[in-house]
Amino acid sequence: MTDNMKASPVTHSDVSLEYTSGLEREFGSGEFVVTAEIGPPRGADASHVEKTACSLRGFVHAANVTDNQTAIVRMSSIAAAYIGQTCGVETIVQMTCRDRNRIAIQSDLLGAYALGLRNLLCLSGDHQSFGDHPQSKNVFDIDSIQLIRLAADMKNDGVFANGKKGKNMPKFFIGATINPFADPEELQLIRLRKKIEAGARFIQTQAVYDIDRFEKWMEKVRRLGIHKEAYIQAGILVNKSLRSIEMTRKVSGMCIPDSLIERMRKAENAQEEGVAIALELIGRLRRIEGLSGIHIMAVGWESIVPTIVREAGLMQ
Amino acid sequence: MIVAERKPLNDIIQMVRPYKKLLIAACGTCVTVCMAGGEKEALELSSLLGLADGLEDKEIIVRTIQRQCDREFILESDEDIRAADAVISMGCGAGVQFIAELYPSKRIIPALNTKFIGVNRDVGYWTEMCQGCGNCLLDRTAGICPVSRCSKSIFNGPCGGSSGGRCEIDPDLECAWQLIYERLKVQDRLDTLTETIPPRDWSSNRDGGPRRVRKSSVSPEVGK
Repeated sequence: MTDNMKASPVTHSDVSLEYTSGLEREFGSGEFVVTAEIGPPRGADASHVEKTACSLRGFVHAANVTDNQTAIVRMSSIAAAYIGQTCGVETIVQMTCRDRNRIAIQSDLLGAYALGLRNLLCLSGDHQSFGDHPQSKNVFDIDSIQLIRLAADMKNDGVFANGKKGKNMPKFFIGATINPFADPEELQLIRLRKKIEAGARFIQTQAVYDIDRFEKWMEKVRRLGIHKEAYIQAGILVNKSLRSIEMTRKVSGMCIPDSLIERMRKAENAQEEGVAIALELIGRLRRIEGLSGIHIMAVGWESIVPTIVREAGLMQ
Repeated sequence: MIVAERKPLNDIIQMVRPYKKLLIAACGTCVTVCMAGGEKEALELSSLLGLADGLEDKEIIVRTIQRQCDREFILESDEDIRAADAVISMGCGAGVQFIAELYPSKRIIPALNTKFIGVNRDVGYWTEMCQGCGNCLLDRTAGICPVSRCSKSIFNGPCGGSSGGRCEIDPDLECAWQLIYERLKVQDRLDTLTETIPPRDWSSNRDGGPRRVRKSSVSPEVGK
């Protein structure tokens, strides 16, 4: 990394425990929050993370750092999130329950907080049968809702999972995920409620393609008052090719209208069409009452995020 | 019952090759019912080994031990076990170990892979229902066990991988939490799902070390 790419590095020595989440402040100020993702590399080279983080700087309020997503071994989300913050991008540490028991989870949370990381997104984690080590054992000592509660209890009551008091406990801004398109909807809404009751304060949704259906879902969310209890961010996945959108469609619980697949099929320039679709979706999303922001997932095409943000007129 | 399945024949052949006098010990309980290690399967294995290349000189006898997890039943075949160079146990993992424990100088060869505690759903088809986790919560989950039937053993499911009532890891696998939801709905107990089940105490599971059960009314010995 060159010196001019470095912006006020956040290091463990100059981050006090009093420092709180900037992302939380952005949501609190009513800003339409934009987040994107940093996928850690399958190697130990920090420059990969630095490059992605620097390209996002100024274009997002924060960036999720994924935790061995799809159960493929990658650089630790906490390490990569720290590297990202040294480049001046606030990060959101993703943590799954697949690879750690409650001892390791709490230990990692203490470490992450000490490194200046303040945002935590809690997930169950993709089953290891999808990844590059299908022979491995999974853990799932606790599930995602129990993880949210664990982090919230550390924050609010200063206690560990065993109920014992700790000193200088981490106070993460806690997030969770939801798939508005998963069925049965009633059960999914029960789970969303449970996540918020457990302590989730921001919610990132599965990628939205079927905007009509998402608008109807948000209506239900508003009727239940959920949008007042947590900030909701809609997921936006940017596809660069027909193959990419077709692969996305195969992901469990993904809902993509045929019309969008057709558009990608017929497009003269698939990349431009992928961006156009994302921009149209963002345009509609911004008008939805009770929606607090978007989360852009440009897996394998992170370099497109600034274009999307600029053309959508976000982060003004 | 305990459900098991026979190991590939070649694996068994490799293990028995050095020995001349072989005793195949069937087990008369669970593995008989699940058609993996009963007398019928033992006789079948005996024929297959007898036909295998290079095993023509073996002397193979078959005995059925009613329950390989009970000492008395094993000792009924004491003479035959002693006379054999190696014993091929067709019991579950408990049976293999108990024979091995009673005859420490004898090579005991496992013929089965022990799979799970399950039920018979169709002819020749069994599915896992219990993992013996030591603290049954089936009342809260409408009689459907998330520990053994959810791929992630989670207590506040379903996870994001449930789609159309199926588990993401295998489209033939039903999502346990979808089943729990449907049954609670039928029972008009959906409110049960709104309560978060706290992290469980896994010390009753294998995580607390090998487990023991003593029924004090019949077991005079004091201790754990």
